[in-house]
Amino acid sequence: MAPWNPRTEEMPLDELRRLQFKLLKSLVYRLYSFNDFYRRRMKEQQVHPDDIRALEDVAKLPFMYKSDLRDGYPDRIFSAEQNELVRYHVSSGTTGKPTVVGYTERDIENWSESLARAFSSCGLGRGDVMQVSYGYGLFTGGLGAHYGAERVGATVLPTSVGNTERQIELMQDLRVTAIACTPSYLLHIGEVAEKMGVSIKNDTDLRMGFLGAEPWSEQMRGRIEDWLGIRAYDIYGTSELSGPMFTECAEQQGIHIWGDLALIEIIDPATGEVLQPGEQGELTITMLQKEALPMVRYRIGDLTAIEEGTCACGRTHPRIGRIRGRVDDMLIVRGINVFPSQVEHALLEIPEVGRHFQIVVDRKGALDSMLVRVEVSEEAFSDKITELMVIKKAVEHRLRSSLNVGVDVELVEPGTLPRFEGKSKKVVDRRSL
Amino acid sequence: MEKSYIVKQISIFSENRPGRLAAIAGALRDAGINILAFSIAEADGFGVVRALVDRPEDAYRTLTDLGFRVSFTDVIGVKMRDEPGGLSDIASILGDAGINIEYAYAYSGKDAAVLILRVDQVEDAVRQILARGGELLKASLSR
Repeated sequence: MAPWNPRTEEMPLDELRRLQFKLLKSLVYRLYSFNDFYRRRMKEQQVHPDDIRALEDVAKLPFMYKSDLRDGYPDRIFSAEQNELVRYHVSSGTTGKPTVVGYTERDIENWSESLARAFSSCGLGRGDVMQVSYGYGLFTGGLGAHYGAERVGATVLPTSVGNTERQIELMQDLRVTAIACTPSYLLHIGEVAEKMGVSIKNDTDLRMGFLGAEPWSEQMRGRIEDWLGIRAYDIYGTSELSGPMFTECAEQQGIHIWGDLALIEIIDPATGEVLQPGEQGELTITMLQKEALPMVRYRIGDLTAIEEGTCACGRTHPRIGRIRGRVDDMLIVRGINVFPSQVEHALLEIPEVGRHFQIVVDRKGALDSMLVRVEVSEEAFSDKITELMVIKKAVEHRLRSSLNVGVDVELVEPGTLPRFEGKSKKVVDRRSL
Repeated sequence: MEKSYIVKQISIFSENRPGRLAAIAGALRDAGINILAFSIAEADGFGVVRALVDRPEDAYRTLTDLGFRVSFTDVIGVKMRDEPGGLSDIASILGDAGINIEYAYAYSGKDAAVLILRVDQVEDAVRQILARGGELLKASLSR
């Protein structure tokens, strides 16, 4: 699909890096001079703007955490006065106090530009009708997608969330071609539509969806695309970055992160060390042009890797892979970082066992042990002990190769593993550290 | 005709911890199902409880409804004389016929002792055992 901003999107990589360095340097000088919070942090880290002599020197700068935004509630770390702001959004605060994000006119402009590039990279443009079924209001999803879609010339239908039957009627009557919502809400729309006797695939013009704001998998993409007859694109962002900002392009080979707006690093969540492309770690973002609420080396807590090589679409900007989980869930077993989401993904590929699991970490002597409890599926249950042992060994082998750490597998009776209690019960750590 | 000698055994997946056999046996008791014979095979942290019961279909439904993982397995029951040499006679027949045993367990009842066998070629085993003068349990006995 043709680029929205070809000069920037197809900028040669070395030119892009020079631009990033220039933007980083001026950002750091500006923050050091005018923002008390950043100046204090940089002094604590004993780093001065003059120390930033190359793009890689971003690694000298201090990290920033969600807790910094909470501690600065509501606007103590803003870099703009209230009379320069055109909007506030407020995060839901599910894991603590809410956080407030402010926007200057230019911040809104860059946010819209970012999504305009993203949406057009999937072929959205004039003539399309985009139903925005993200929540409008304090949440960034609705208004963010709205501005991005208007910018590329699409007609926006701002349905927000809820009243699903009416959403489906409007989708048919106004010939909606694209939708932005959470993947689970789109599945719900599909189910409600079937109950109404409407096939999204055959009875609507819907051809693409921008799905995000919650974790989803390649398996789920396959199911959505087949069932609803659309192309489903991953969309990424958080309120701290502005809101939803980045998507995959039509190639569906990772999410393009526009380098003139954001400088990304993948770091080892345990050590803070910068990792190489292809290595899984914690996404850390420096927003190079944000005015009201600058973000420098912000540790988002999402796990992913930078995709290697250039995308077939011709856009030069770096891409990240699908979000694999949250840093908050991370376990360290025998010095190896282990994420429950890795276990979940591995189990999805083994039909002999169910998708529910429990991880039990213990310490025998000086050595950590990791046990994964799984249920044998109905189809795979055999009367023969030897066949059950083969399943157990196969699961152990698969987990070991995807986690890089030895794992014992215990087969348990169906229904005995935690289902909906959330991650707290999925991991039992018996080590007294 | 071989089919009439193929007995449906129920096999139940069980974790290896106290109370699991009690849960299975209690469920069968509450459903009024009689256990004719059973054995427990044990592995690393789990086991398989195998049982011949008078109403296999009902037992399957009862246990499955309670969330147990249950399957049916075809086995045969070879009658033995309940006196010295009884097992030896039957084992010789099986050996001569080239029948390989995957697993076996036995009970000694009022009328006779019975050796329950899981073999890979079950219909062939039935023919071989009958041809060599062995006597088999009728499947109908366990219905």
